[in-house]
Amino acid sequence: MSSSFSVIVNGKEEATTAASVMELLQIKKVDPHMVSVEYNGEILDRTVFPSTHLKSGDKIEFLYYMGGGTA
Amino acid sequence: MMVKLMRFSETQIQRYSRHILLPEVGGKGQAALLKARVLVIGAGGLGSPVALYLAAAGIGTIGLIDGDVVDLSNLHRQILHHTPDVDRPKVASAQAKLTALNPDVTVVPHHERLTADNALSLFEQYDIVIDGTDNFPTKFLANDAAIFTKRPLIHGGILRFVGQVMTILPGQSACYRCIFKEPPPAGLVPTCQEAGVLGALAGVIGTIQATEAIKLILGLPQPLTGRLLTYDALASSFRQITVRRNPKCPICGEQPTITTLTVAEQQVCELPTAALLSNGGAA
Repeated sequence: MSSSFSVIVNGKEEATTAASVMELLQIKKVDPHMVSVEYNGEILDRTVFPSTHLKSGDKIEFLYYMGGGTA
Repeated sequence: MMVKLMRFSETQIQRYSRHILLPEVGGKGQAALLKARVLVIGAGGLGSPVALYLAAAGIGTIGLIDGDVVDLSNLHRQILHHTPDVDRPKVASAQAKLTALNPDVTVVPHHERLTADNALSLFEQYDIVIDGTDNFPTKFLANDAAIFTKRPLIHGGILRFVGQVMTILPGQSACYRCIFKEPPPAGLVPTCQEAGVLGALAGVIGTIQATEAIKLILGLPQPLTGRLLTYDALASSFRQITVRRNPKCPICGEQPTITTLTVAEQQVCELPTAALLSNGGAA
């Protein structure tokens, strides 16, 4: 068991054991193709989700595609 | 710069009095609104409140582009259209309501889809563009055309109970591709048609889009740039996420890879759903 630490996801502080952005997405059951991820203020390229390691205090925003309007 | 004085009629002074009273608007601001040209992409859920408030404010020319006809399932959120308008082209239905609301306004209906062929010449005819489309290929096309023509674009999106809005000033603030590099794989992100949407949510987001357009025309400070504003109707809460320009953005970054307009695969994901609808459904 890896120990948990706290990160801020979409403005809310939460405990996680996720080692990377990719793991966090997997734990939260978010398809990595459905979101854009902002990590400490920077939009990440999808290819670096697995190699972006999380540490205590990191700020992560999941930005979702949203259509709407005329349909 | 000298602003040519505009002579208002008595009815105009009455109609716009509550705007003119605002020091941030005044006679000069109202004259600017009457001279402004705004293009609204989509005369649907977002386009309805956008166009209604723009017309009420006396925006001189409102262009509307939409190739669809009104469907009964549109009416819970597309408040420009009424029950007798079912099967009527949305732009024609919209034009009738908007000119009835304010005869000062010239409504230019474009009964077609936004395409890579018509986008640039269309955008060039307007000062500001408002995105009220629901499909991602068109959202990306609108973003790219705005960057190429340097037209401010006001992005809006809604799904289920959540909405988002952001103003894009090309070359100055983050664009849609700074956040979302490319459209999602077809079929992965549901449309309102597939996942549903709270009708009144379109009013919240569309009204913010109209407000942002009016602010830009008036030259008011603090546009909604560099911030993605999200609204969660279930939680009754707004959040804003700061988004900086992305140096790796494929269209407005340091080494852009997109240099001409192209359209991603058109709505492959929507075809099966549309086919399931017994009435054929407006796309």
